[in-house]
Amino acid sequence: MIPAVFDYVRAGSAEEAISLVGQYGDESKFIAGGHSLLPLMKLRLAQPSMLIDIGRLSDLSYIRDAGDHIAIGAMTRHMDVETSTVLAEHVPLLAHAAGHVGDPQVRHRGTIGGSIAHSDSASDLPATTLALGATYVAQGPNGTREIAAADFFQGFLQTALADDELLTEIRVPKMQGAGWSFLKFNRRAQDWAIVGVAAWRRGTESGVGLVNMGSTPILATSVSAAIASGASVADAAEQAAAESDPQSDLNATPEYRVHLAKVLVRRALETASA
Amino acid sequence: MQIRVTVNGTAHDSDVEPRTLLVHYVREALGLTGTNIGCDTSSCGACSLHLDGEAVKSCTILAVQADGCDVTTIEGMAAADGTMHPMQQAFMENHALQCGYCTPGMVMAATSLLLENPTPTEEEVRLGLEGNLCRCTGYHNIVQAVLAAASTAQAGAR
Repeated sequence: MIPAVFDYVRAGSAEEAISLVGQYGDESKFIAGGHSLLPLMKLRLAQPSMLIDIGRLSDLSYIRDAGDHIAIGAMTRHMDVETSTVLAEHVPLLAHAAGHVGDPQVRHRGTIGGSIAHSDSASDLPATTLALGATYVAQGPNGTREIAAADFFQGFLQTALADDELLTEIRVPKMQGAGWSFLKFNRRAQDWAIVGVAAWRRGTESGVGLVNMGSTPILATSVSAAIASGASVADAAEQAAAESDPQSDLNATPEYRVHLAKVLVRRALETASA
Repeated sequence: MQIRVTVNGTAHDSDVEPRTLLVHYVREALGLTGTNIGCDTSSCGACSLHLDGEAVKSCTILAVQADGCDVTTIEGMAAADGTMHPMQQAFMENHALQCGYCTPGMVMAATSLLLENPTPTEEEVRLGLEGNLCRCTGYHNIVQAVLAAASTAQAGAR
């Protein structure tokens, strides 16, 4: 499979990338690692006429302790998120989840920013950063703005990013010793999750993100509300799919996904509560 | 578009279409057909090669993205005199192949794994090769070969 014809330009800076996308308009796409976009282009499900390569913007590859949160550059590769000692200490749930993206070859190329901007609800990191209450930073022609993860995912592969905005940073609150669990139910190690759960808990506070339970990554707010009101994990987990609208596919019916979500949320919260 | 890619130590200047995949570039433009195309959807790992020293799936990388980079394919693993790379030797000694189609990708993924984790456990080898499928399902001997290569490398280092 070979993508349709396109032109290619390599951006030397975030500013240049934003200027280029302004110049070429909505027929252009940013490409970082390319591990979300190129498969779609090979299947001709995406046919941008211009690719703007941001993959070499090494100044957007970093993981920094920023006080109450960890700042992660959008071009940081999954492998670097997975192996970060800073994240292992302060946001272990994210480092662990990054180690479940694809396989080592994919993690050598794919980036956290690319995964979140692509916003596939079946991807691990959109739901994980959503559960963690992350904030995303978007840079456009008129400067930067912050977008809460809860406001970012708007529909199937649709985000709050404007056409001329580039996701540049992911800010993830430190977990401050919260218990956590990431569970991914799939048939083969490298597969997408049939259903996945990223969960953390600190006393009555919690966050639960669901993978592949709707057209967007899902924040299971009813579960957290139940935990906050003193419900048991088992009772809270019964609310797992309250915000979900799962689809049917070769792997699972919506009913089976709802069942999986309840079981996995219960198991994840049991671990996070221990 | 003009690109310069160093493949197995030799610099190549090429004019490629932006949509040319790296696997097609090494196979068709450079004639290095040891890198196989399996699933063509970044699932099977048959097309694994090293890009700047790390295993990647060359069916999901554009040749233009490799401009200025170092690529190593299976043809670049053996020494100039034909002496096999220790991983290739371990695959041979452990009969770690049946039909052989996944083998180049397995060797490239396994050598990348040992660069990151020189002393993996059996479980770490299995997880480290999760991106490579063997349709003969000959995983057992492949894992044994990788463990043997790691052990040989450690013995050599001591």
